[in-house]
Amino acid sequence: MTEKKYWQNFGEHNNSDHSKKLAGDEFQEEPPLFSFDSKGLLEMKTPRRDFLKYLGFSTAAAALAASCEMPVRKVIPYLNKPDNMVPGVPDYYASTYVSGGDAVSVVAKVRDGRPIKVEGNELSGITKGGTSARVQASVLDLYDTARLRYPVQMVNGLPKEVTSFEAFDKLVAGSMAGQNGTTVLLSATITSPTSKQIIAAFLAKNPGSRHVQYDADSFSGMLQANEASYGKRVIPSYHFENAKVIVSLGADFLGTWLSPIEFARQYVSGRKINEKAPGMNRHYQFESMVSLTGANADQRFTHKPSETGAIAVGLLAALGGTVTAPPALSEKLKTAVAQVAKDLNAAKGKALVVSGSNNINVQIIVNAINEAIGANGTTISWAAPIQTRQGIDSDFSTLVTDMNDGKISSLLIYDANPAYDYYDAGKFKAGLSKVKTSVSFNGRLDETSELCKYILPSPHFFERWGDAEPKTGFISLMQPVIAPLFLTRPYEESLMKWSGNDQSYEEYFKIYWEGKLGGLEAYEKALQDGVLEPAQSAAAAGSYNSSKLGDAAAAIASAKKSSELELVIYQSVNMGTGAQANNPWLLEMPDPISRGTWDNYAMVSPKFLKDNYGIDLSDAPQADKFEVHPERPVIKLKANGYEITIPIVPVPGSAEGVLAIAVAYGRESADPKNTASFIGRAVPGAGRNAYPFVSFNGSTFEWSAADVSFEKTGDDYAIAFTQTHNTLEGRTSVIKEMSLGQFIHNPDEVPDEREDELKKFGGIENFEKEGTLFGYYDKPGIHWGMSIDLNSCIGCGACIIACHAENNVAVVGKNEVMRFHEMHWMRIDRYYTGDYGNPDNVQTIFQPMLCQHCDNAPCENVCPVSATNHSSEGLNQMAYNRCIGTRYCENNCPFKVRRFNWEDYTQADSFPNNQDEHGVGRLNDAVLMMNDDLSRMVLNPDVVVRSRGVMEKCSFCVQRLQDGKLKAKKENRPLLDMQDVRTACQQGCPTEAIVFGNINDSKSKIVKTRVDNHHRLYHVLEELHVLPNISYLAKVRNPDTEANA
Amino acid sequence: MHHYRLSAFKISYSYLLTAIILFFGHVSIAQDGKALFQSNCASCHNPIKQVTGPALKGVTSRVPDQKLLHAWIRNNAAVLASGNKYFNDLYNQFSKTPMNTFPNLTDADIDAILKYIETYPEPGPGGGKGPVDMGKAPESDNSLLYGILTLILAVIMLVLMQVNSNLKKLSDDKSGIPSSDPIPFYKNKVYISMLVLVLFVLGGYYLVEAAIGLGRQQNYQPVQPIFFSHKVHPGNNQISCLYCHGGAWDSKHAGVPSLNICMNCHAAINDYKGEPLSREDGTTVDANAEIQKLYSYTGYDPASGKYTRPGREIEWVKVHNLPDLVYFNHSQHIRAGKVQCQTCHGNITQMNEVKQFADLSMGWCINCHRTTKVNFPDASGNGNKFYSIYQRFHQDLRTGKMDSVTVEDIGGTECQKCHY
Repeated sequence: MTEKKYWQNFGEHNNSDHSKKLAGDEFQEEPPLFSFDSKGLLEMKTPRRDFLKYLGFSTAAAALAASCEMPVRKVIPYLNKPDNMVPGVPDYYASTYVSGGDAVSVVAKVRDGRPIKVEGNELSGITKGGTSARVQASVLDLYDTARLRYPVQMVNGLPKEVTSFEAFDKLVAGSMAGQNGTTVLLSATITSPTSKQIIAAFLAKNPGSRHVQYDADSFSGMLQANEASYGKRVIPSYHFENAKVIVSLGADFLGTWLSPIEFARQYVSGRKINEKAPGMNRHYQFESMVSLTGANADQRFTHKPSETGAIAVGLLAALGGTVTAPPALSEKLKTAVAQVAKDLNAAKGKALVVSGSNNINVQIIVNAINEAIGANGTTISWAAPIQTRQGIDSDFSTLVTDMNDGKISSLLIYDANPAYDYYDAGKFKAGLSKVKTSVSFNGRLDETSELCKYILPSPHFFERWGDAEPKTGFISLMQPVIAPLFLTRPYEESLMKWSGNDQSYEEYFKIYWEGKLGGLEAYEKALQDGVLEPAQSAAAAGSYNSSKLGDAAAAIASAKKSSELELVIYQSVNMGTGAQANNPWLLEMPDPISRGTWDNYAMVSPKFLKDNYGIDLSDAPQADKFEVHPERPVIKLKANGYEITIPIVPVPGSAEGVLAIAVAYGRESADPKNTASFIGRAVPGAGRNAYPFVSFNGSTFEWSAADVSFEKTGDDYAIAFTQTHNTLEGRTSVIKEMSLGQFIHNPDEVPDEREDELKKFGGIENFEKEGTLFGYYDKPGIHWGMSIDLNSCIGCGACIIACHAENNVAVVGKNEVMRFHEMHWMRIDRYYTGDYGNPDNVQTIFQPMLCQHCDNAPCENVCPVSATNHSSEGLNQMAYNRCIGTRYCENNCPFKVRRFNWEDYTQADSFPNNQDEHGVGRLNDAVLMMNDDLSRMVLNPDVVVRSRGVMEKCSFCVQRLQDGKLKAKKENRPLLDMQDVRTACQQGCPTEAIVFGNINDSKSKIVKTRVDNHHRLYHVLEELHVLPNISYLAKVRNPDTEANA
Repeated sequence: MHHYRLSAFKISYSYLLTAIILFFGHVSIAQDGKALFQSNCASCHNPIKQVTGPALKGVTSRVPDQKLLHAWIRNNAAVLASGNKYFNDLYNQFSKTPMNTFPNLTDADIDAILKYIETYPEPGPGGGKGPVDMGKAPESDNSLLYGILTLILAVIMLVLMQVNSNLKKLSDDKSGIPSSDPIPFYKNKVYISMLVLVLFVLGGYYLVEAAIGLGRQQNYQPVQPIFFSHKVHPGNNQISCLYCHGGAWDSKHAGVPSLNICMNCHAAINDYKGEPLSREDGTTVDANAEIQKLYSYTGYDPASGKYTRPGREIEWVKVHNLPDLVYFNHSQHIRAGKVQCQTCHGNITQMNEVKQFADLSMGWCINCHRTTKVNFPDASGNGNKFYSIYQRFHQDLRTGKMDSVTVEDIGGTECQKCHY
């Protein structure tokens, strides 16, 4: 453990001058008004006169403010108050997050009629209450200012309001009358049973019509491979919790692949360490870029995307599969495959191989591998198949051809945006212009909708009834939690109207489910629970047939060979396919790996930079020169006949000769001037579109490209990274990691190290009282504490967004992030270890970092106005109204978790022109968008919106603590551990990495966690005697030490 | 003389004692019935007035059968079903408006209610009980006296100083020491600097006072869109505060009642018969016109008893304003803290239009938190069980180290109890 070196950026790795300077100067700029230099007071840039001017202004302002009268405030009660709500008391309603095919059971917190927070639904057997960053952020989509507010007809590329649904229905009916072509409904995967029934009725009314499902992140390869191997065009469910050995061939199953919330929980359940009998699963990742899943792997092997098939075939061969002439592999991969195969063989029946490839042949091979290792029926179950992806790529490709051939006369589009996310968007657009009646049900004027003739926005899932069936038999229901904000209608209702059914969707839904469930009572119970699930059934095997295996292997063998430079297209954890592209929370969330915000870029290996730009990152001055500035070199990249200019970002661990670009960025209206008003104000300038790099191989879309060429443009582009912000001055002892073998061999390594460090001050036992000159303060009743298990944390960032939503954390925009002004109360530090010259050797560790609520907090001592001080419950309190903004506290915080409001991000100040800062940069439009009355509806009324000039930081969700205590007091009972009080980050976490509670209560889970895991427990920077109330559990990896020895 | 005074004292003392005993004894009985009446019956009944239901005074003579009356009050539907003529007639007379059932009322409860109804005073001027003065007795203000004293002392000091300087000048003249011409007092540097000092201190004091008072609105009493009298509603008619401000029980906001709550009673009550109401400035209020205003807001037509027009909301002027940076929770204070409404809102039952009683300053909050005792569980288990986690305090209470636990002791004066 001790010999490893951890670093967050290249400068830190090399201990360069800039890195040291950065560690020393937390504030990267001079104070804006007075710049002192050695020339003396009178010759300063701000001389005496200016000083007097400021003095005069502030006196005048103070006098003015003082003479202001109190405004008259009105209070307007209901005319007729609904029975079931009390103003000021939140209600919770079960609903379902739906985006693309994804469906996640959630619970909406509704305060005074407004949903303000999304939580996972703990009754869901799939997610078990977990969420992802995108689910957490979906409540902001409800208040998106770019949502279409009424039905429109497009006239000359501009929307013209249609004032009523009747008028709209008439327009569409008129347009569809007398058509002689086919009607097609195009949508993302639809899992809703009622919607499917309505669609079937609609199709039956329109003979010759068809429904095409199109998924931007297609699983067509897998669906078709399963059809070949198992005779069913479905995706089975996976049980990572049953697997001892997990091998992923480029599947980012913790971040973006299929059902990441579910898989993360399963995966981590096999990695939680029981100290009495330590053991955990082993995870191998083969990949071409650094994915979130790869970062968590015990061992990573990098390769070029063109080698994926060969690796799969090689693995099958090594497992004893009958493969004729397996394609050649490099020496490195050959050893890797042999090692993995050995492990898989040893864990037969308890092993799982997944592949992120969308290639049918690769997936057929993977099916064969899973058959060989006995995964079918153990770690792979066909009992309740996953339904969230059903789109077949060739169906859509045929549709586009048909459109261009003029065979389609009506196209109805719901929840699909091929004009943006189809690789050949030009062809789609050309086809769309030939469709006589094009109707879009999308919620905004996205790239596809603006080309349609009629748009009838469908409501947000919080405004409507509905259902989803992410897995067969697992139903998740929606109910409206807010009255529709705009004139919207569910697309189902339109289909019903247009097929002659005048029922409302609500009635239809109610009748359907009451009929299914047998009565109103059961229906209401189901709505309340939000889920309807069968009893957990045992995993079931599918009947396998290997007939297509030979063809698949042959196809892979004859596939295109690798080229010098290749390209991977991937989804980033925060943005996914781009459906939430106008969500500033997600755009500002740092990418878990690169820690970049607001943009996409090409991730390359450090070697690429050295080879092409001569920048050697292992050379300290050069690394500094490169890293100090946010500017990154821009290349012109060409592949698959598409060309973009894009900045490159060196990421340790990236495969050599591979570039990786995230989709979901670079959205743009047909006329770029309209982008802000049509797609959203946060969109313009956010990255470039990478979808056109995807290609179609005749049956499926390939998310990679070979034969990539590039040229240097000589330009630079600034990207807002957060990776060098808030460094911990090189005290990387904050990370403690060991291998499972080490841990079993010497479980006392961490305690010994701690004891060693603290021996001088009384050892671990007496450190608190003996290690200080100051007194000891009692915590008489409650003493809050948190434990974060680094083994469970996968770095997905759900907690960051949960915190964002709960605590009204401000969005600051790209310009401000570049100036080190981001406001996240919680960040996930990403540390690397290993040699970045060898991508397979680089390992990544995530550490959630938030206010540690030190019982001997250094920030408290230096506050001149005592705005930050300690509570008798162990909280490091921050009184915003007392803060005068000296920032001493931030400077003195060893964890760098305090955030200063440099600008008026929230428009909370009384000075209206505070946001027009010509002198010190302007706020991005996205920030101003968040100040819109509509966006502000998402604010949590229990938390103050901070204004300019005050410090803020994590409060341990004090509003929740107070609320939980009050609930217990009202009910005349002690606090219930893990029920009354949970922090937002804890509740949002899909893997239960965070435990929070009262450490004075010996029966609480937090105490139990600390006692049961005392061999891994440590506090970050414990030796400073700041006495953090957050403890971490050291990370344990499980590499194959035998093979590495 | 002496003897006479003593006996007079004795007589008045014993008389007072008797009166007190009688008074409290009486109150405790009447309170039960009153409380039960207020919580169960008052939304539809008035003892002396016909509202949604009949005026109740005299009911025991109208229905002499006590058993029947009890049965009726508990479950009127059963009595109606039994075909009792009196009650069926009554039911029809009140256009078949069903009465709620009260199966949980005991005989003793009902008797207490009936007793309260029958002893309810006939309306008349000054019929209500004298107000309980919640405000503090006016403290004798000595500042004027001190001011005059200071002024006199200052004048004396000035005179003495003048005398002193004159004498000094005389003695200097006498002993031949040459002296400069006398400086008029308004040019005397000592006087001027003293004056400046005094002005500075006074000015500073008032400036700081004014600055601290910014944003405070004690005694704020805005004119409301409807002259709603708390003196009439919770005062004379003794409607529970929570009947209208139910939010105070569950929520951080006490809330202003929605108009449907007003109409629960005012659908029937359209005529004010109480004592005449007057504003602060002495002008009289036409109470019935104010009730008509409510009807115009709600769109109610009292003639037909129906809502004939669409309603519109009332924009009340908010009296008690806390700054956004404060989190205040009514239910916390009322349920966990068991604080009376009047503690913070003053003698609301004597206010026609609401006036802000407390200054709602942080110092005022903190002072209360410092002195208020927490409902700590005692040895017999009374008190809030939440506080069982404060083990050290329990120990200290047992050993006598502490005699009580205040809100401050459990952290009630820490910043993040109210500011987050």
